[in-house]
Amino acid sequence: MADDMDPVFKALADASRRRLLDRLHADQGQTLGALAAGLDMTRQAVSQHLSVLEAANLIATVKRGREKLHYLNPVPIHDIHARWIAKFERPRLDALAALKQNLEGDRDG
Amino acid sequence: MAKHTYVYVTYILTTPEKIWEALTDQKISASYWERENVSDWKVGSRWEHRLPGKSPDVVGEVLESDPPRRLVTTWKVPGDEDNLDRTNRCVFDIEEAGGKVKLTVTHSDLNDKALANVSGGWPAVLSNLKTLLETGHTLPNPYSAVANHPKG
Repeated sequence: MADDMDPVFKALADASRRRLLDRLHADQGQTLGALAAGLDMTRQAVSQHLSVLEAANLIATVKRGREKLHYLNPVPIHDIHARWIAKFERPRLDALAALKQNLEGDRDG
Repeated sequence: MAKHTYVYVTYILTTPEKIWEALTDQKISASYWERENVSDWKVGSRWEHRLPGKSPDVVGEVLESDPPRRLVTTWKVPGDEDNLDRTNRCVFDIEEAGGKVKLTVTHSDLNDKALANVSGGWPAVLSNLKTLLETGHTLPNPYSAVANHPKG
């Protein structure tokens, strides 16, 4: 199987794009306008970031009438997870993540 | 209650026909999905999603069936099939895309509880399906002993 993860890591290597994914994770199916609202970025910049994310298959888009709705597509992130995290490690890693979140407070990275 | 939609996309190096078969064939679906999908896949027919030989976890109706391009089903809770709040809808769209095949799963009308059940599950199912179709690896082959038997 070809290693097609490069576009995924390149797309994730940008704080603004990760923030857009966070926004979709919190609320799926947003328009460009909704995603750009309240961000310190031009609508054009947001649109370009969304294109990079879509090319990496990290978001899926659905046309509804004249609107384009954006959805976080977690399949490539699952592939990263499946590649390096063994099944038996998962409960302990979940426990560590919960501990870290408890101690540090539920802050966004 | 708020209803949610989730959209999942994966690109698979295969043919639309193979994806259609993997979604609708009882044995193949069980091999990567753990549960088998059972129906004659005609519009209006019932479908079931169940551990092989067990009673179904999901039942529903086939709303659209256009092999190998589009399959639309409802998902209901067995025994509570008239409860619209617990009825959701799943669309599989299969399209050729630059030498690969794009599979889009759109799962909509999900209530909060169904969302929690579904959102962890699809990425794993789709990864498994992709691996199966591209490598054959997740397919448990009960006849492997026979197949590997020296032919000479």
